[in-house]
Amino acid sequence: MSNVGIVIVSHSPLVAEGTADMVRQMVGNEVPLAWCGGNGHGGLGTNVEAIMGAIDKAWSEAGVAILVDLGGAETNSEMAVEMIGEPRSQKIIVCNAPIVEGAVMAATEASGGATLKEVVATARELSPS
Amino acid sequence: MLELSNDRSFDTAGGMETGNAGDMAALNLARLIAAAADVIAAHAEELTALDQAIGDGDHGLNMKRGFEAVRSEAEAFAAKPLPEALKAIGTKLVMTVGGASGPLFGTLFMALGKEISAAPDRANLTAAFGKAIEAVAARGKSQVGQKTMLDVLQPVHDALTAGKTGAEVADAADLAAKATVPMKALRGRASFLGDRSIGHMDAGARSTALLVRTVAQTIGKSA
Repeated sequence: MSNVGIVIVSHSPLVAEGTADMVRQMVGNEVPLAWCGGNGHGGLGTNVEAIMGAIDKAWSEAGVAILVDLGGAETNSEMAVEMIGEPRSQKIIVCNAPIVEGAVMAATEASGGATLKEVVATARELSPS
Repeated sequence: MLELSNDRSFDTAGGMETGNAGDMAALNLARLIAAAADVIAAHAEELTALDQAIGDGDHGLNMKRGFEAVRSEAEAFAAKPLPEALKAIGTKLVMTVGGASGPLFGTLFMALGKEISAAPDRANLTAAFGKAIEAVAARGKSQVGQKTMLDVLQPVHDALTAGKTGAEVADAADLAAKATVPMKALRGRASFLGDRSIGHMDAGARSTALLVRTVAQTIGKSA
């Protein structure tokens, strides 16, 4: 698929899956989408290996935008991008945006064929900072 | 056996004498890994208790899981040249510690591995450690004074730069960890608590100090 992919990373697998479900229902199937959540041991948290797997799953040559919830999700996502390494890391951006609204808006933008930069800008517009 | 230096780089108290050029401070990396995993395991409950006070209460368990994973492959790590060993240990920590500590401690080791030479002297170690601290600060978007592991790493770097002995470096790390008690957390989960984070030691600062002391002591014994 040539549209930008969306990855959702939450501390909670329920939040991540629920957010992905909203994207699918509100935006459709035109966007590569993957989610991950939880620390891999049954608790809340995020996990670099799982994030790398989600990026692979949602991979698009147009790039991937990652939506995260709390701090550790951002740190782990940035670590995952670094470990994936170049050249793919150049096409992956972690968005500073509210996870649910950001994912839906980013996916909406992506479904229309927008560039990674445009998708990320749309999500970031939702951020209060 | 990896030779950490061929001069007086690691003169810890009880170990080598300062300036005793020609003494070898050979580093047995497998022994160092075992000692680090031991100290984390022995203090896992304490670290968890610290983290329960102001964080999410998983630091001890997470660190223990990560360092046990490193221990289980200690021989493979020890067989590599020091830079590659440190990078591989960092990657393993990223993948196994979890939480925000995984990327932070992982980045510390990975960056150290990138900068250190196969047989570092003190100058190279100090420079590499400085770069590794910068990498951790960038990864955590943090800086000294925000009640994090950086508040231990930076004083340790200062002590290394000042030519302190291993024991003095370890003491500086402990003092620095204690100095996080009155600080207000500005990064991580503890920052959600604002002023209520004051009065508790930062768990990451404590685990960092434990590891610094272990490294200083183990290298001293290896000499």
